[in-house]
Amino acid sequence: MHPVLQTVLGLGLIGVILLVVCRPLGTWLYRVFTDDKHWRVERLIYRTAGVNPDSEQRWTRYAVSVVAFGVASVAFLWLLILVQGWLPWSLGRSQNWHTALNTAISFTTNTNWQSYAGEVGAGHTVQMVGLTVQNFVSAATGIAVAIALVRGLARATAQAIGNFWVDLTRASLRVLLPIAVVGGILLMLGGVIQNLASPTVITTLTGGEQTIQGGPVASQEVIKLLGTNGGGFFNANSAHPFENPTAWTNLLEILLVLIIPFALTRTYGLMIGDRRQGRLVAIVMGTLFAGAALLTAWAETAAATLQTGSMEGKEQRFGIAWSVLFGTATTGTSTGAVNSMHESYSPLGGGLLMLNMMLGEVSPGGVGTGLYGILVMAIITVFLSGLMVGRTPELLGKTIGRREITYAALASIVMPALVLTFTAISLVLPTARDALLASGPHGLSEMLYAFTSASNNNGSAFAGLSADQPWLNLTLGLCMFVARFAIITFTLALAGSLAEQHRRPATAGTMPTHTPLFGVLLIGIIIVLAGLTFFPALALGPIAEALS
Amino acid sequence: MTVVRPALAALKMLLVLTLILGVLYPLGMTAVGRLMPGRADGSLLVVNGAPVGSSLLAQNATDAKWFHTRPSVSDAAGDTSGGSNLGPNEPDQAQAVADRVAALRAENPDAQGPIPADALTASSSGLDPHISPAYAEWQAMRVAKANGLPISLVRSLIAKHTAYPALGFIGTERVNVTELNADLADPTGAIGR
Repeated sequence: MHPVLQTVLGLGLIGVILLVVCRPLGTWLYRVFTDDKHWRVERLIYRTAGVNPDSEQRWTRYAVSVVAFGVASVAFLWLLILVQGWLPWSLGRSQNWHTALNTAISFTTNTNWQSYAGEVGAGHTVQMVGLTVQNFVSAATGIAVAIALVRGLARATAQAIGNFWVDLTRASLRVLLPIAVVGGILLMLGGVIQNLASPTVITTLTGGEQTIQGGPVASQEVIKLLGTNGGGFFNANSAHPFENPTAWTNLLEILLVLIIPFALTRTYGLMIGDRRQGRLVAIVMGTLFAGAALLTAWAETAAATLQTGSMEGKEQRFGIAWSVLFGTATTGTSTGAVNSMHESYSPLGGGLLMLNMMLGEVSPGGVGTGLYGILVMAIITVFLSGLMVGRTPELLGKTIGRREITYAALASIVMPALVLTFTAISLVLPTARDALLASGPHGLSEMLYAFTSASNNNGSAFAGLSADQPWLNLTLGLCMFVARFAIITFTLALAGSLAEQHRRPATAGTMPTHTPLFGVLLIGIIIVLAGLTFFPALALGPIAEALS
Repeated sequence: MTVVRPALAALKMLLVLTLILGVLYPLGMTAVGRLMPGRADGSLLVVNGAPVGSSLLAQNATDAKWFHTRPSVSDAAGDTSGGSNLGPNEPDQAQAVADRVAALRAENPDAQGPIPADALTASSSGLDPHISPAYAEWQAMRVAKANGLPISLVRSLIAKHTAYPALGFIGTERVNVTELNADLADPTGAIGR
């Protein structure tokens, strides 16, 4: 079957399953975050940690809590990796201080960029106690921030936007954990390993030696995808047969990536009391996702120039179509898992995967980050179209004034500023240039991809880059940290500012934000903003390579 | 004070959640894995009580009597997984493909037609156990001669280990080389799975 047709059918299947699953899941998320009661185990957690679950926070305290939790997580994980030599089940694996710092920031910020190879850098204890935990709580943090922003839109003349500790705990225990248990068991049934064995060397049928890896993989694999994290247990990530053995597990993994980002659009609609708004956001996300997948499938088939086709860096069981669908799902969210090596894609195919991230990851974006990312874009769209027709811009009865547009603009400028600044600096530094595998335009793409990935908290790579060196570990770590927490702070400031406002009644002059017209405008703004920012850089990398 | 309190709360929350999500959850899932040890331990192929490989992993084979998997940058050693990361326009990639073409032509003088693409390109894990049916057929004559088996028997073994995409589009047509070689090694079927 032609890979493009296969991609179309795959998109159809994924779309149908998402339609079925995301309705109840979105409703469940709505109930979780509007529930007045605490579960008993949750009360126990709040009491142990000494937080009051019934006092809501203003945006400033909410933001301080998020950042404090992030900093505590980085410190704990960094320490855990540095001392892993003394811990059981560490298998003699280790990382030096700057690799460990990069890893700690990476997993805490939901990026999961990996300068280390799983098979040599992380023993089972670090994988479970450190990395699996951050896979849960960094995702829960993203969901919490998105819910806080939606509360800002839903409330009027309110000071508070929720309680971070409650949102974090509920997202972890009521949403992520149950799905992870079910999904993890399904992955095991599909052949993903789950044990605490050390690597063992066997003599193969064909007379050679082979190391058979062990590890608690399924429990980490499922949350790696469900939480749009992406850090592989093994170096080859979801291309490794022990992480992703069959076409079925591959389909399940794609669905795990997409369900929460799409379900949150329904939660959004329910929370603001207008489901049409959520539906429009879902359609915009889905359109961008399907468009990107089809273009990449076309690039990988038609534009692949060699007699060898484009199977380099792809697995036979996935082929072109299911590699492209996985790649689009993971770069359009903040997942960064790979089931094929993105650096070996055709120039335009690899460029499109990079572009998914450059759009700000809104197709459909990471858990929580996708929703708050696209709502920031919606605010910018409302503002620009308000300017065009000379009306006061408003979203859901909230005026988009000087304060709101300032926060939205700041939130959207952090990522491009980091990407372009650090790519440019690194390309003139010999120490960073020496890390490149490729030369010419493909080398530029390699560096651009790295900083795009880090600054979008994605985590996938043009993995030819030898990123395990002080300059890249530290600058990529800085990009991940700043992008994550600066954008969250601006988003929460926006939430606080919106919550304070009255709600204006809709009039004949109000621009509706649930119509196809607004959808087209929103897609246009997303593409134009990314295009204006990144076209020059893309022209020097993937586009130059495709044309040469 | 305003910084100390949230910092302490953050640390305590982290530790409590670590207990649930980093200890109880993965160990509980590992216990569930014990209910299906065959799958949870890596789908091992066992001969006389000793594992000789995994159905999910490619094995390095250079001898003409075995079916060969796709090129692997790690020779399927299993200690570190990964691909070449070479772009399609890299000189190193052109060289690697040219070398593979020469080696395959020399080893398979009887092979008919162009070399299938999956035979010339390294997989992303380096452990890909599958090849296309076209590549299996392309090697069939060499394997039949090296083992002294009739080509029809080799072809029927290929057919036995060929899987098709569910509903015609979920996945790809593929031949599991590790299981195919296990059958070649053991026509009487003593190998347990």
